[in-house]
Amino acid sequence: MQKLGMGQAINQALREEMERDFRVFLAGEGIGVGIHTSPLMPTTGLLDAFGPKRVKDTPVSEAVIAGLAVGAAAAGLRPVIEIMFNPFFTLASDMIVNHAAKLRYLSGGKTAFPLVVRIKSGAGFGAGCQHSHNLEAWVAHCPGLKVVMPATPRDAKGLLKSAIRDENPVIFIEDMGLYFAPGDVPDEAYTIPLGKADIKRSGTDVTLVTWSKMLGVSLQAAEQLAAQGISVEVVDLRTLTPLDTDTLLASVRKTGRLVVVHEATRTGGFAGEIAAVVMEQAFAALKAPLRRVTGPDIPVPASPPLEQFYIPDAGQVVAAIKEIL
Amino acid sequence: MSIPKERQMEMARTMILARQFEETLADLVRQQGKIHGMMILATGQEAVGSGVCAALSANDILITNHRSHHHLLARGADPKALMAEIFGKRTGCNKGKSGTLHLAVPEVNALCTTTVVGGGPPIAVGAAFAQQYENREAVTVCFLGDGSTGEGSVHEAFNLAGLWRLPVLFVCENNKYAAAQSYREHTPVDSLAARGAAYGMPGESIDGNDALAVFEATRRARARALAGEGPTLIECLTYRWRGHGETDHQLYQPADEIAAWKKKCPIDRLVNTLREAGALGDADLEAMRATAAEAVADAVRFAEESPWPEPQEALDDVWVA
Repeated sequence: MQKLGMGQAINQALREEMERDFRVFLAGEGIGVGIHTSPLMPTTGLLDAFGPKRVKDTPVSEAVIAGLAVGAAAAGLRPVIEIMFNPFFTLASDMIVNHAAKLRYLSGGKTAFPLVVRIKSGAGFGAGCQHSHNLEAWVAHCPGLKVVMPATPRDAKGLLKSAIRDENPVIFIEDMGLYFAPGDVPDEAYTIPLGKADIKRSGTDVTLVTWSKMLGVSLQAAEQLAAQGISVEVVDLRTLTPLDTDTLLASVRKTGRLVVVHEATRTGGFAGEIAAVVMEQAFAALKAPLRRVTGPDIPVPASPPLEQFYIPDAGQVVAAIKEIL
Repeated sequence: MSIPKERQMEMARTMILARQFEETLADLVRQQGKIHGMMILATGQEAVGSGVCAALSANDILITNHRSHHHLLARGADPKALMAEIFGKRTGCNKGKSGTLHLAVPEVNALCTTTVVGGGPPIAVGAAFAQQYENREAVTVCFLGDGSTGEGSVHEAFNLAGLWRLPVLFVCENNKYAAAQSYREHTPVDSLAARGAAYGMPGESIDGNDALAVFEATRRARARALAGEGPTLIECLTYRWRGHGETDHQLYQPADEIAAWKKKCPIDRLVNTLREAGALGDADLEAMRATAAEAVADAVRFAEESPWPEPQEALDDVWVA
């Protein structure tokens, strides 16, 4: 077993898939020669390993980076592109939303777009709202896109390898805060299928559904509550679309209570979708109203106390759970 | 280098086919009400599709736009599958998912038709990148309109294509209008071809109603691309006889301007050239027209007789299973 940060685990996945399949190439801003040379970053060292033909540093041009992926995928390659910060996805969004997601449908199933859009995301860097804005609900709302948001290094590696091998466009959102938190990663080769949630902690009193960086906050809350005799089950969705409704519903039917935790803002957030699925399919199992713990409906502010106010913490999760017990 | 006679005849044949195909579509939409939805035609611009496609090889890739019928027919797409798609039938080339606006015909390497103005060039860059990456003996052609050159995505695509010397031909059909805006109402410079220089690629402005000039320009640009010399911007000066769509009243297009351009019909031009060269007689021309008429009639019959898709087929084809 290795101890790796999530960025290093992603680096291994990229390396292994590039070694496995020549059609896989990388493109993005500063992915080869970047301003950060930390070994913790996901693409460090890949230019040296694979050369400039396969690791393409691009101009600052998100629309054509995404178009590059769409066209290259249509023509038989397997692009993995990087969007440096989640808000810049808006500049690439026409190519992803109107093209990557729709062109196969428009062709009547004759074309395919096996591409991965890696997006670096998350608040906590003091960079402000034009560099920090969690937009997973936007992409999850687009039929034709799979959306993956890993929470651990192990999951990130296995899920990214599956994403690269998938024949559909996959949006792979990495919370940058997780690059710096080491976790166990198996030494041997493995993949993790898309569309399977993972129960990160078993429990009986309440189901906490979460993904990405909020897994850590959720596990902290579960730990605190365990000391008070409250048993929390933590379900890490890992993939938003396709959504693993089986695991979600089985857990809610077991515990009878649901709290959804995400860092993204509240209104129109993906917690609403989780809530709707549970209300439609497991209403009778609910013993109490569900709760959402999310970022407030504001842009992410820059100042440290303001930004910390924005990011949900374990205290808020504990409070939400206690409200419905 | 002279243009082989067979290529010239092919251009005449495909232009006549595209003209008849689109005139029939106009009639089906306007008079017969048999086609649902938007209908955007390229009547008067046929020399661009035919001139370009006659200069390509089978493995070259086409990325086109909302005004695509003349490109696809010149490329060899099956008129029956196109017509059925335009009717919305299950036998259409895209099973009724695309309609007239987004026709994709991978069988002839026309991988994508996008109606998002400016959507094609970034995708063409990607396709050309794949060709370069795998050292394929092939180029990508991207058809775009003059109106699209106001989109940022087009400039990003030009820049990356020039930077990476990608084997892509940007064929800009300057038909003088972007929806209801005339060229000088949306662009501050006279020449779109001049914009190539800003991205390190040659820009050439040619008579887009002269199929032979379009062929020659395409052949030159293709040779450059295959030699590793990168992209070319070809501005084809032409004119659309009809409106932006068939519901367009064309109040912004002066009648005398339309009439003047009709006198510069690209089909008449090539036909006359071939006649003068003794390459095309009256009987040949009649045969060409009759063949096209038969192909279009067959296509309409096929489309009309084809079944509608079952409603729930709407759920298919989003994902690769």
